[in-house]
Amino acid sequence: MPKPDSLQGSLDLLVLKILSRRPRSHGYAIMTAIQNMSGEVLRAEEGSLYPALHRMEEAGWIRAEWITKDTGRRARLYELTAAGKKQLAAEESRWQAVTSAVNRVLRMA
Amino acid sequence: MSLWSRIANVLRGDGLSGEIDEELQSHIAEAIEQGRDPSEAKRAFGSVLRQLDESRDVRIIPWLDALRADAIFGWRQLRKSKVTSAAAILSLALAIGSCTSAFRLIDALLLRPLPVAEPQQLYALSRQGIDFDGKLATFDGWAYPAFQQMRAAIKDQAELIAISYAERMDLTYRSDQETEKAYLQYVSGGMFSSFGLRPALGRLLTENDDLKPGGHPYAVISNDYWKRRFGQDPKVIGRPFRMGDRLYEIVGVAPEPFTGTETGTVIDIFVPTMMHPGAVHDDWTWHRTLARLKRGVAVEPVRAKLHSTSRAFEQERAKGFKGMTKESIDKFLDQTLLLEPAVAGASGLQYDYRRSLLALGVLVALVLLIACANVANLLTAQAAARAREMALRVSIGAGRWRLVQLVLVESSWLGFLAAAMGGLFAWWSAPFVVSRVNPPDNPARLFLPTDWRVIGFGVLLTLAVTLLFGMAPALRASAVKPASALKGGEDPHSRRRLMHVLIAAQVAFCFLVLFVAGLFAATFDRLSHRPTGFSAERLLTVDTAVAHPESPVFWDQVAEHLRTVPGVEKVALAKWPLLGGGAWNGFVSVNSAPPAPVLAYFLAVSPGWVDAMKIPFINGRDFRPSDTYPGVAIVNEAFAKQFFNGESPIGKSCAKGGDPFQIVGVVRDAPYRSMREPILPVAYVPFHVIDEKGALRPVGDATFIVRTTSSKPLALASVLRREIPRARPEFRVSNIRPQADLVRAQTIRERLLAMLALFFATVALLLAGIGLYGVLDYSVLQRRREIGIRMAIGASAGEIVRRVTADVFGMVLFGAVVGLAFGMASVRYIEPLLYQVKATDLVMLVIPSFTILAAALLASLPAVIRAVRIDPATTLRAE
Repeated sequence: MPKPDSLQGSLDLLVLKILSRRPRSHGYAIMTAIQNMSGEVLRAEEGSLYPALHRMEEAGWIRAEWITKDTGRRARLYELTAAGKKQLAAEESRWQAVTSAVNRVLRMA
Repeated sequence: MSLWSRIANVLRGDGLSGEIDEELQSHIAEAIEQGRDPSEAKRAFGSVLRQLDESRDVRIIPWLDALRADAIFGWRQLRKSKVTSAAAILSLALAIGSCTSAFRLIDALLLRPLPVAEPQQLYALSRQGIDFDGKLATFDGWAYPAFQQMRAAIKDQAELIAISYAERMDLTYRSDQETEKAYLQYVSGGMFSSFGLRPALGRLLTENDDLKPGGHPYAVISNDYWKRRFGQDPKVIGRPFRMGDRLYEIVGVAPEPFTGTETGTVIDIFVPTMMHPGAVHDDWTWHRTLARLKRGVAVEPVRAKLHSTSRAFEQERAKGFKGMTKESIDKFLDQTLLLEPAVAGASGLQYDYRRSLLALGVLVALVLLIACANVANLLTAQAAARAREMALRVSIGAGRWRLVQLVLVESSWLGFLAAAMGGLFAWWSAPFVVSRVNPPDNPARLFLPTDWRVIGFGVLLTLAVTLLFGMAPALRASAVKPASALKGGEDPHSRRRLMHVLIAAQVAFCFLVLFVAGLFAATFDRLSHRPTGFSAERLLTVDTAVAHPESPVFWDQVAEHLRTVPGVEKVALAKWPLLGGGAWNGFVSVNSAPPAPVLAYFLAVSPGWVDAMKIPFINGRDFRPSDTYPGVAIVNEAFAKQFFNGESPIGKSCAKGGDPFQIVGVVRDAPYRSMREPILPVAYVPFHVIDEKGALRPVGDATFIVRTTSSKPLALASVLRREIPRARPEFRVSNIRPQADLVRAQTIRERLLAMLALFFATVALLLAGIGLYGVLDYSVLQRRREIGIRMAIGASAGEIVRRVTADVFGMVLFGAVVGLAFGMASVRYIEPLLYQVKATDLVMLVIPSFTILAAALLASLPAVIRAVRIDPATTLRAE
C-alpha cells in the first residue's frame, strides 16, 4: 500500500478532480471520496489534506463557505473557482503526460 | 483573499485559529457520524496543535507575522534602555517638531494658495529701481490713476485688481464715543467676481460699486469678522457704520475661507477703492495691484505693456515736479516693472519674513540632521553590543533582510514616537511663533490649518528621518559575520569610522547653527542698544482724530487742557510719533540753489515737543506759539551735515518746493521712522501750517506726546481717553501706545530671530555634545583591551588620553573647518537680516569655535577619565 507521502504532488489534482465532480463538499467528504474511489488504495491524511485545502484557497483555485447543518454544527464546504477549473485541466494533462511517459519507460525497459 | 483580509488575519490571529479549529472539530464529528471510532478519529489528526500551526502558516503572510514579532521585540528593546531611548526620542521629537513647525509657517505665509479660483493666475505688480538713498529697492505701492491707465491698457490679457494696504481703522456702529478698530481694505469692485467668490450672505461688491469717487458707501465684511463681531447675526445686512465723516452700509458677507489677499492679516471689512480719498490723486501710492492673467496669456508681453504704460504715466507726472533736479527725475523714472506670482497673496509680512523663515527652516533642518546623526550613532553602538545576538540569529537561519527589518522596525518605533511628540510640539510652537511676530496691539494672524499638506509633510519627514538614521545601522547589523562575532573579535574600526564621519558632520552643522545664531544675536544686540537720541521713558503717544479736520488752535486747546490733568508732566503735539511709521519727505534747496539730490524728512511738531521728547538742543531756540510753516524749522545734526557741510545752519534759509523756511534751531539726531536705517536729515516744522490762502490748515489727526510722572505711563491711558473728549467733544483717542513700545517694535523680528536661533543653537550644541560623549565612551569601551595592554606595557596616562581622543578631535576640527566654510558661503543669503554685523568679524568666528571646542572637551571628559582609570589587570583577566 502506498504511503501517504507518495501522494505528494498529486493530492492537489485529486482534490480538484473530486470537487469538480462533487462541488460543495467538506473536508471529510473529500477524504473519504479519495479513499473510496481509489478502491482503498489512496488515503489522504488529515495532516496534509487541510493545509492543502487552505493553500489552494489562498491560491484562489477553490473557495470555501460556512454552512450550518441540521445538527446545528457548522461545516466548511469547498467548491472550484474558475481558476481552479483551469488548474485542474493543467494538472490533469501534466499527469497524463507524466504517466504515459513513465509507462513508455516501463514498456521499453 | 484580499490584502486587507490578510492583514486582518494577522491582527486577529486568535479568531482565525478558532475558525480552523472549528473546521477540524466538524471533520472529527463527521467521521464519528460515519461510524468511525471516536478516539481513532481524533488520533488521525495527530496533534491538533500542529495542525493549527501548519494551516495558519499557509493562510497568513509570514512576513506580516514576523513584522508583528519584530515590533514587539523592538518595543522591548526600547524599554530595556529607557534613558537612551528617551533621549533619542526627545531629541528627534524636538527636531521633527521644529521642522514641521517651520514648514507650517513657511507654508501658511509663502506657499499656501489663496482660497480663490485659479490662484496660480495671480501676479503682483511692483517696481524696482534705485531709491533716493542710492540703494536698489522694490516698491509695490501704486497710485490709482496709474492703475486705471494700466488696467485699460491690458484689459484683453488680464484683469487688474487694486487692493489697498490693510489699515486698522477707527469706526463706530453707534456714537463717536464707542469707536472700535477693524482691519479695513479698499478693493476693486470687480475683485470678488474675478476671484470666483460667492457671498455667504447678502451680496458682494461689483464693478458697479466702484465707478464714482466717494459715491459707493458699501461694505462687505469677512466671515471671520461676522462671527467674531456679530455672532453670525443675519440682520447684519443693512447695518450702517461710520468711519471718518462717512456713513457706510454693510451689504454682504464674504465666503468663509477668504480673508483678503494680504497674507498675515485677516481683513474685517472690504470697501470699494473709489471710497479712498487717494482715488483721484496721481501722487498718492496707497494700494497694491494684482494682475489676474487670462489663461494661456504669456507673462512677459503683459509685463512689458504694463511697464511702458506705467513709465508713460510717470513721465507725464514728472513734468509737474517742482524743486527736483533733472538727474533726480531721471533716476526716479528709471524703474523696472516686475510681475511676480502671487499664488499665496501679497503682504508686507511675506516680504519681511521670507528670508527669516527660510533661514530658520535651514537651522532647524540642521538640528534635525544633528539629531539623526546622534540616533544613528546610538543605534550603531547598540548594534555593536548586540553583535552576538545578531550572529546567533544568522546562524539559526535568519536572512540578511530579516535582520535589516528587525533593526529598521526598532528605528521605526523611535521615529514613530518622536513624530507623535514632534507633532504635538509643532501644534503648539507654530502659533507661538506667529504670536511673537507683530507688536501685541497689532498681532499677525496666519491660518495654520492641520491638513493633508502639513500631515503629509510630517509623515514624509518621519519616513525620511527614520531611513536616514536607521538604514546604516541596519545594514551594518545585518552584515554581521557569525563566526567572528561569536568569537568576539569583529573588526571594531569599521564601526568607528562611520561614527567618526557622523561626528564630523554633526560638528560642521553645529558650527553653522552657532555661527548664524551668533550673527542674529549680535544684530539684535546692536539694534536694541542703538541710542535713540530721545528718552522714551514715561512717554505716551496718544493718536487722536476728529471726524472733520479742526484748526490747530483747537488742538492746542486740548493740549493745554491735558497739561492740567494730574500725573501729566509735559504735553506736546506732533503729526505722528517718531518710529511710528509715518513719513513726509521732499527735496530741499539751500539759499535758492537748485535742490540737492538727497531727500530730507519733515515732521510737524508743536512748541515744547523737543523738550517733551528730551532731545538735546545743540544750538538755537525752540518754536514759539506764533511760528508757522512755511516760515521756520528746527533741523537735526544729520540735516546740518548733509546740507551745510557741518557749518552752523542757524539763520540760513532753505526751501522745500515752494515753501521757504529759516532754520532757528539744531537738535541732536534721533531716528525718524526706523532703527535699522542711518539717521535721516530731518527738519521739524511748526504744527501750525498755513495754506496757499494764508489760513491755518485744519488738522484731522495728530498725536499728543505726553510725558507722565508715573513710571507706568499706561496707567494714565484711561484718564487721557476720558479727558480729551472733555476738552473738545469732537476729539477722540484712536490709539495710546507707550513710546517705549514703538522703540521695541523696531526690533521684533530681530528679537524673534535671535531668540529662536539661540534656542536651536543650544539644542544643536547639546545634541552634538551628547553625540560626542556617546562615541568617545563607546570607543573607550571597545578599546579597553587595547588600552589595558598599552598600560600594562608602560604607556603613560597622557599617551592613553591622546590615543583615545586624537581621532575624534581630528574629526571635530575637520567638522569645524567645514562648518566655517558653509558659514562663509551662507552669509550672502542672510546678509539682509543683519545689522552692523560682519560675518568676517573675528569675534563672530571665534565665539562658535570656542564654544564647540569647550563643549567637545566637556563631552570627552567622562570617556577620558574612564580610559585613564582602566585597570590593566582586571581588563585582561576578563578577556
